[in-house]
Formats: sequence, C-alpha cells, structure tokens
Amino acid sequence: MAGHELAIVAEGLEKSYREKKALDGLSMTVPSGTVHGVLGPNGAGKTTFVRTLATLLRVKAGRAEVAGIDVRRHPEEVRRRIGLLGQHAALDEDLSGRQNLDLFGRLYHLGTRRAAARADELLERFGLTDTGRRPVKAYSGGMRRRLDLAASFIIDPQVLFLDEPTAGLDPRGRSEVWNAVRSLVGGGTTVLLTTQYLEEADQLADRISLIDHGRVIADGTADQLKAKVGGDRIDVVVRTAGQLQAAAAVLAGVSGGAVDVDEDTRRISAPVADRMTALNHLVRALHDAGIEAEDLAVRRPTLDEVFMRLTGDGGGRPSGVREEESV
Amino acid sequence: MTTLTAPARSIGSDVGWWLADSWNMTRRELAHWARRPWQLAIGLTFPVMMLVMFAFFFGGGMRVAGGGDYKEFLVPGMLVLTMAFGLEGTMTALTQDLNTGVVDRFRSMPMAPSAVLVGRSVADMLESVVSLLIMVGAGLAIGWRWHGSFAAALAGVGLLLLLRFSMLWCGIWLGLIAGRPELVMAVQILVWPVSFSSAVFASPESMPSVLGVIAEWNPLSATATAVRDLFGNPGVGGASWAAEHAHLLAVAWPLAVLAIAFPMAAARFRGLSR
Repeated sequence: MAGHELAIVAEGLEKSYREKKALDGLSMTVPSGTVHGVLGPNGAGKTTFVRTLATLLRVKAGRAEVAGIDVRRHPEEVRRRIGLLGQHAALDEDLSGRQNLDLFGRLYHLGTRRAAARADELLERFGLTDTGRRPVKAYSGGMRRRLDLAASFIIDPQVLFLDEPTAGLDPRGRSEVWNAVRSLVGGGTTVLLTTQYLEEADQLADRISLIDHGRVIADGTADQLKAKVGGDRIDVVVRTAGQLQAAAAVLAGVSGGAVDVDEDTRRISAPVADRMTALNHLVRALHDAGIEAEDLAVRRPTLDEVFMRLTGDGGGRPSGVREEESV
Repeated sequence: MTTLTAPARSIGSDVGWWLADSWNMTRRELAHWARRPWQLAIGLTFPVMMLVMFAFFFGGGMRVAGGGDYKEFLVPGMLVLTMAFGLEGTMTALTQDLNTGVVDRFRSMPMAPSAVLVGRSVADMLESVVSLLIMVGAGLAIGWRWHGSFAAALAGVGLLLLLRFSMLWCGIWLGLIAGRPELVMAVQILVWPVSFSSAVFASPESMPSVLGVIAEWNPLSATATAVRDLFGNPGVGGASWAAEHAHLLAVAWPLAVLAIAFPMAAARFRGLSR
C-alpha cells in the first residue's frame, strides 16, 4: 500500500469563488514521508488547496493525487488513507472526547470493539484519558485541539493534512502540536502543513512552498528560500537617528544591494555577498565616516524577509526594499 | 507498533455499510439526548404547555364551528403544530453541525456521506413519535378522546408523521441554505404566523376573507382537518374545496413539499463540495 514515492501530486489546480480565483493553476509535489509547509497570507488559497486534496472540494480544472490515488475519481479510497485537521475543531461539542473518537472509529468501519479500543488508546496517547468522559464543550482550547488531532489519527494516515494547526493556540499549545507533528514523521506519515507563521514552517517543514493568489511563487528548503533573497545580511544599529541616512549610504556602498531602513529602531539592513570581507569594509567605512554603531551583526535572512520580498508586499516597510535581486 | 488502516469496502457490502453508517449517525443523536436531557425535556414539554394554555386560557371563549367541545377541536390541531414546529429543531441542529465543522470531518472519512442526513432524519422522526405519544397522553388527561376506530386513529397518526417527515426535509434544506444562526432565528419567528394562519386553533371561516382563504389552503389545515375527521373530533367541514378534500390534501401537500425539499436538500448537500 505504501511505497508511492510521491504522496501528493497537484497539477494546475483551478478554483474560483464568483470572480475571485482561489486556486490559479497551483501545482505541487510532496515526497512520501516528509513534512511539507505551505506558507501564505490569509486568502492565498491554502485552505482551498487542503480541502481539495482532502476530497471536500472539487476543483474546476487540474488533477490531484493523494497516496497515488486520483482525488476526484476515487474520493472514498483517498478518505481511507488521510487524516485532516481543519482550522476549526471538527468535533461534536455535546459528546465526550471518548464518544467522539468512538463514533469516528465506527465510521471508519473499524468495528465496535476496535473503535472503542482505539478511542481509549488515542485518549492516552494525547494525554486526554482523565477528561475523556467530559463533554468537549468543557474542554480548553488546547485540549480541544489535541482531541481534534487525535481524531485525525483514528487510522494511521498515510497523508495527514494540517490546516493552520496552531492558529489561536497559546505557546504551550503550539509546542504540543509541534511535538505531535514531529513524532508522526518518524512513523512515515507524510504531512502537509499550512501556516501563516514563518517560524512554524521553519521549525517543522522539510520543504516549503510559498503561495500567494492561488499559485506557488517559490519553493524549496527554508535555507534555499533564504538564499533567494541574497544570502547573508548585515544589520547595523546606529546610536543617533541623525546618522541613519549617512550610515545607509555607507552600507549601500559596501553591500551593493538594497538597504532596508527602520527609523524606529535606528536599524539598517542589507544583503552581502561575502560576510567577512563586507564586515571588515563596513567597520572601516563607518569609522571613517564618523558614524557610531551601537550594534552590528551578520545573519541569515528570516523567512519573513523572503516572503515579503517574493510577494512584493512591503507590509509597511519603507520603500527601497522592493528590488528583486541583490548582491 | 502495527499500522491501523481503514478496511476497504468489498463488493456487495454497499447497503450494509450504508445501514451501519446511518445507524451510527442515529446513535450519535440519541447520545445527544442522553447528554442533554433537559433540552430534550424542554422540547417535549413546550407543546404540552401550549396545549394547556390554549385549552384553559382561550378555550373558554372559543366556539367550534358546527358545535362541539373546543378541547376536542384543539388537540388534533396541537398535534399538527407539534409536527410543524419540528422543522426548526431539525434546521437548528443541522446548522450547528455545519458551523462546528464536524460535518467536514464526516465528509473526509470513508463513510456514506448521505448517512449524515439519514441519521438526522431517523433521530428526528423518533423524537417526533415520542413527542406525539406525550401529546396524546396530555390530550387524554385534559379530556380529549378519539371516537372513531383504532385503525382510523392510526391513519391519523400516519398523516401527522407524514407531515413531520416533509417538515423535516424542509428543515434539512433550510439548514443547508441558512448556514448562519441569524437565519435560523428568522425561521423560528416565521413558523408562528405560518402555523397560526391555519385551522390549527380556529376555523378558517371565522377569519377575515383573505386570511381565511390562506388558512383554508395552508398545508397544516389539511392535516388538521383530516386528523380531526379520522379521530371523530368536531370542526370538520366547510364550504371550500380545500376543506372538502382535506384527506387528499393531507397526503398531497406533504408529498409535494417532499418532492421539492428532498431533491433540493440532497443537491445542496452534494454541493458542499462546490
């Protein structure tokens, strides 16, 4: 049953709601046994994509395969192999945690006895044994999310879809979900994870697809994506705001790329090709120009910067950061 | 650790699986009753309260056209009203399910999707039978009796359940369209004037002309009049075609409603994937 090299194949998916294109020729492949992050802002088409793969939505054009099975032609076969954690808890609030899992087990046709045994097993695995008999509406947000996650494991899914799994969770709840996802991958499950949090994709995903306006605008490992905006960056914080523009001019001379200027934190930032040479030159040039640096650091770009740059969304940043290629 | 996989459907097990899924969805609703006994109790008591109010607060001033005891006239009407009000219960429950996202989970599992609606309708019909039994008990307690044969009385009950079944699918359809609690509230308010402009509480002949015609043709009037006749209760008759053919209409109306609501609901449910 396993052994498909690609757990997910999507080709040219298209879907519109009235005038708005939710998916605009989206294509993606995900190798088996990996965690794939789908990163994008609200309305980028993440949820539509997941719902299409999970057989909940039919697309207008394009083809999708999950675990080697065509989603449109054999939805029931796909459903036997997937788990889905949606954005909102998909649980029966009036029933207890145990009743929920038991019901889902029966609907997976595990049979009465196996469904009950599986419910107990999952409650234990997700730390819900003590509260298993209380109605879900009495659960905290984190407990509800754990139960929801447990419900996606009634069967051991070949492919697990997590649609913004940590939205609205506190840091503790978030790390609980992250740990659960990490433990899964060991079991050979392929995970497709959508998120708005760059940190989450950076933490969990082997590969990341950035999507915007219903199409993939970049993909690769987190490092590859970071390299796309020009490798290392140098940050300089100047002592007085008055020296900001002068310092930016100096940094521009050293970097050759676009300089980001943040007036509030008196921080300037620019990509550099060779970190040590650039650092050397910059220290000397700043000294010569009589500019006092409060802090100076070389670092990798954050996924945030990658995303801003690739979507062309300045998001309140000063102009001058829009140039595509640097170095 | 061994891997737990969902069993595949073997050829010929379609009906068995559909029955099993439908039964499990029905069980879910029955579990709700056990979890929320008060809500169930309030739902079942409400029509009894209405019956008592109308029988004793208004009943003294009511005169049945053609003569007879108002309580004898009222009880069949209240049975009809109880069935009609079932619409909002069905609608509310379905809207809630859709809003919590639990229906999405069901649809992402290898079960028969239609079992979601079948479970809902079986459970609601069971509740209606219980509700009818309670209302009949309450009616007997305040002095109502049926005078016809037992078979005729059963036929009356059959007409009531047919009405409920058609209202149920209306509720499912509206629940699938509404999607939002505000619209559920609008329907909860509208069921009042719609049910009251009928022969449930008073004879249409006693109403102003236009309202009287509406009330005569109201599907609830057909069932109420037919049931009164089958139970041997007063208030049957009237000059209009609708009143004279109440039995026919009591079957035709619900079937016509079903003929529209059922396919619309089914299409709407399939359309969730659009």
